[in-house]
Amino acid sequence: MAAPHALETTPLLGRLSLEALPLHEPIVVATFAAVALGGLVVFAALTYFRLWGYLWKEWFTSVDHKKIGIMYMVLGLIMFLRGFADAVMMRLQQSMAFNGSEGYLNSHHYDQIFTAHGVIMIFFVAMPFVTGLMNYIVPLQIGARDVSFPFLNNFSFWMTAGGAVLVMMSLFVGEFARTGWLAFPPLSGITYSPDVGVDYYIWALQVAGVGTTLSGINLLCTIIKMRAPGMGMMKMPVFTWTSLCTNVLIVASFPVLTAVLVLLSLDRYIGTNFFTSDFGGNPMLYVNLIWIWGHPEVYILILPLFGVFSEVTSTFSGKRLFGYTSMVYATVCITILSYVVWLHHFFTMGSGASVNSFFGITTMVISIPTGAKLFNWLFTMYRGRIRFELPMMWTVAFMLTFVVGGMTGVMLAVPPADFVLHNSLFLIAHFHNVIIGGVLFGLFAAINFWFPKAFGFKLDRFWGLVSFWCWVVGFWLAFMPLYILGLMGVTRRMRVFDDPSLQIWFIVAGVGAAIIAVGIAAMLIQIGVSILRRDKLRDVTGDPWGGRTLEWATSSPPPDYNFAFTPVIHDMDAWHDMKRRGAARPLEGFRPIHMPSGTGAGVILAGFSTVLGFAMIWHIWWLAAASLAAIVLGAIIHTFNYHRDYHIPAETVAATEQARTARLAAAE
Amino acid sequence: MKLFPPVVARLLALFSLPALLGGCNLVVLSPAGDVAQQQGNLVLISTGLMLIIIIPVMIVTVLFAWRYRESAKARYEPEWAHSTGLELVIWAAPLLIIICLGALTWAGTHLLDPYRALGRIAPNSTADHTRQPLEVQVVALDWKWLFIMPEQGIATVNELALPVDRPVRFRISSSSVMNSFYVPAMAGQIYAMPGMETRLNGVLNQPGRFIGFSANYSGAGFSGMRFPVNAMPEAEFERWVEQTRAGEGSLDRAGYLALERPSENEPARRFARVEPGLFDAVVNMCVEAGKMCMHDMMSIDARGGMGLAGTINLTTLAYDRYGRRGATQGTREVVGAICTEPTPVQSHAWSRPIDQTPLAGMSLPRPSSRLGQSRPQPFATLPALTPDT
Repeated sequence: MAAPHALETTPLLGRLSLEALPLHEPIVVATFAAVALGGLVVFAALTYFRLWGYLWKEWFTSVDHKKIGIMYMVLGLIMFLRGFADAVMMRLQQSMAFNGSEGYLNSHHYDQIFTAHGVIMIFFVAMPFVTGLMNYIVPLQIGARDVSFPFLNNFSFWMTAGGAVLVMMSLFVGEFARTGWLAFPPLSGITYSPDVGVDYYIWALQVAGVGTTLSGINLLCTIIKMRAPGMGMMKMPVFTWTSLCTNVLIVASFPVLTAVLVLLSLDRYIGTNFFTSDFGGNPMLYVNLIWIWGHPEVYILILPLFGVFSEVTSTFSGKRLFGYTSMVYATVCITILSYVVWLHHFFTMGSGASVNSFFGITTMVISIPTGAKLFNWLFTMYRGRIRFELPMMWTVAFMLTFVVGGMTGVMLAVPPADFVLHNSLFLIAHFHNVIIGGVLFGLFAAINFWFPKAFGFKLDRFWGLVSFWCWVVGFWLAFMPLYILGLMGVTRRMRVFDDPSLQIWFIVAGVGAAIIAVGIAAMLIQIGVSILRRDKLRDVTGDPWGGRTLEWATSSPPPDYNFAFTPVIHDMDAWHDMKRRGAARPLEGFRPIHMPSGTGAGVILAGFSTVLGFAMIWHIWWLAAASLAAIVLGAIIHTFNYHRDYHIPAETVAATEQARTARLAAAE
Repeated sequence: MKLFPPVVARLLALFSLPALLGGCNLVVLSPAGDVAQQQGNLVLISTGLMLIIIIPVMIVTVLFAWRYRESAKARYEPEWAHSTGLELVIWAAPLLIIICLGALTWAGTHLLDPYRALGRIAPNSTADHTRQPLEVQVVALDWKWLFIMPEQGIATVNELALPVDRPVRFRISSSSVMNSFYVPAMAGQIYAMPGMETRLNGVLNQPGRFIGFSANYSGAGFSGMRFPVNAMPEAEFERWVEQTRAGEGSLDRAGYLALERPSENEPARRFARVEPGLFDAVVNMCVEAGKMCMHDMMSIDARGGMGLAGTINLTTLAYDRYGRRGATQGTREVVGAICTEPTPVQSHAWSRPIDQTPLAGMSLPRPSSRLGQSRPQPFATLPALTPDT
């Protein structure tokens, strides 16, 4: 039984036709013009300065975990600007659409925007940021030269980028889903969403999901198998511990997302009935499955940042982390508990009181290890000597903001309270409170903390402070009104309002968003200014903050091989321990270092996967078959590539290390 | 069955809400219905419980950040990183709060289970058990609400009238996609899902005009799925029913199929008569003539299905739902009805009102008695079809 097709199809172009281009929507056309112009300028500049070869050779095809980590961060930043633009459009619409005004967005447009905002911020901003951070830091912290599977790492990145390309493409070719970020059926089924929007959603997530799953496996193996000698599990830095738990969560939960999206695709493409209301299908099955992935997902995002806060607090308090063991067990508890709470996302779908109480109480139980973590950070500060550099400021802001988000989260975990707050703006305020206050503040702490490691110079403090205060003030101004609106019974995803007394709160929230925009601009200026003033901000020691973990033992930026000799670990804070013992940096006896070589196979395979996704979205069957064949063929050809490694000669290592010795001497 | 003394709730309300909020209508915290009031109180109580730990944490954060700043030259112990006693406290303090909150959650969730008939209609007044609650059948359509009152034999669209102080039981379903039925002034929300029935019990204690809406995004017309809820004294409600009955309009299956076509911002409408059994046909997805009802299909399947005959029993219908959201063509096969008249659906067994004895230890209702029931019911109660009939 073939599913009916909503759009006319042709064998050559499938459902694609000129009508797919949103030429009648002025906002989209203007955006397209701006993006095309910007793209053209970048393209021309890269060509003029002959940078294509450099980018291809040194970055795109690189398997160096550090470069891949930086590319992830750049991807996250670009997508963050897009996701934030969506947020601003929503804030504007909601503060205008009162007193009979329809605002400036019709439902066709507005509904795509809130869906895209959620999808982009979670999958293509938070995930690349977190993955990039783990990619860059984890191998350095455990004294490894790269990850376990360097080629896979490159491939994972390009798959994530391919997913992002598909989402961006939906802006100009066709449309994105109008379903909300989790695309619940029956609304996302072929009956109620006959056009390509949901297909874009499915294929963007599937392509990126392959990347995320593989990168999870990769980092998991890396942490388990590639730690420096002497680094037992209980001597791992806390960031590495939280990364380990995050990657366990990724490996265990992303296959669920893949499976549920496959089932939804089958419903949409060949007319099965897994999630339809008819023929024995049940949409609630989808809701359960997607939240079994979705709840661990929020811990995938926050756990690594808990690690960052631990490193930052300990470093800037000049103190060992208080309660390392309980910190580790708290992380493991959260990892396990995150699998038994998913039903709290739909208490209101009619589960029995016993089921609801079970999931409500398990949710609250998570706040115990989280609370323990917070106390551990507090007692790390206690009797410390706190230097309020930017990373530490972000950490204190996090502690004060996150507790409020945690509190409202526990409120939502009480089922009867959830009955009155579910899907309200209170919920929106809650999860932005934990995601911005936790994940984003943590990322900003991490970026300010490790930027000197990656580039050899610190970020400018003045613009960092401007950005910090704008973000903190803007956040509270943008989301506190949403808490209040939620208590006034205002629900999410509304496009127009009829109660004029609500408008003032939306305007305040809009002002908050504007202040955040200034904060983002300040952050971009901060990076620009820092690059211009890099000689003044330069750090040659490789250890600008008085760091405690291994990544600070090597130079900034680290050489390709990270460590000339694999360090031997005796204590938890390995670098702090070395400094205390006065361990001397080895200056001779260098040996050739075995390294993986770069390959273009990742870019090519991910490129074909993106084409496959595009062809499936538009029902261009010949192209889908051809790109699938190309993927299989490309993968087979890649297995015949025997030039996978090389040795950095001992002389090169010696020269690199000698140059560092000279720089260190000059600095003193 | 008082969860907590109202004084505590009021005190908390006083402390937790800044004065600037005095001007706005926080309907979630001060609703007009007893159920919503208890739910709102739970919001406040849980906030209060958590503030016991959160306020000190915030103060200590600021205090430590200030006290141990570098320039203060305070006591510095760089190697101090463990204290068994302290760690015991930092795990125990949140644990204690969560034990209290967990007990509150367990009790509150059972007492405020939306499927339960109400035991009381106001803090000091129990429900009249000799009288059935008012039944309202709710169907979420694209993009409007249909309310059927079987007792009165009337129906309304995008308008709901309810008597004050009389418990109301809602049977909720949807014709197409998921919505969430929510009247903040009355009681918490519950999802409306196609092919399934969910339930909600609520009561309004003050006359007035309140607002109800869908709290789950359902497509283009979602923002307009709002309806007034008019709460009126019993006598006035009777008059309103008489007026409606005397009015125009009759809702039968054909009328329903026309009504369920997508439309936005529908004005309120009343129907003086409703075809009996319409709601059950909606839940069983067999309003269209010739389509097999889900409860029939499931009882056939429960007996092992029809074998090969089942594959032949497909009727091609012009299934107009494909014409509903942009698609212009498309037919879909459905399972044909075997009986010309749909099998009557048995009436629903409603749970008894809960015990009025105070909530303490042993008197808590036993959860096991509710575990056997699968909810939301994917179809109406199975007709008695046993192999030997």
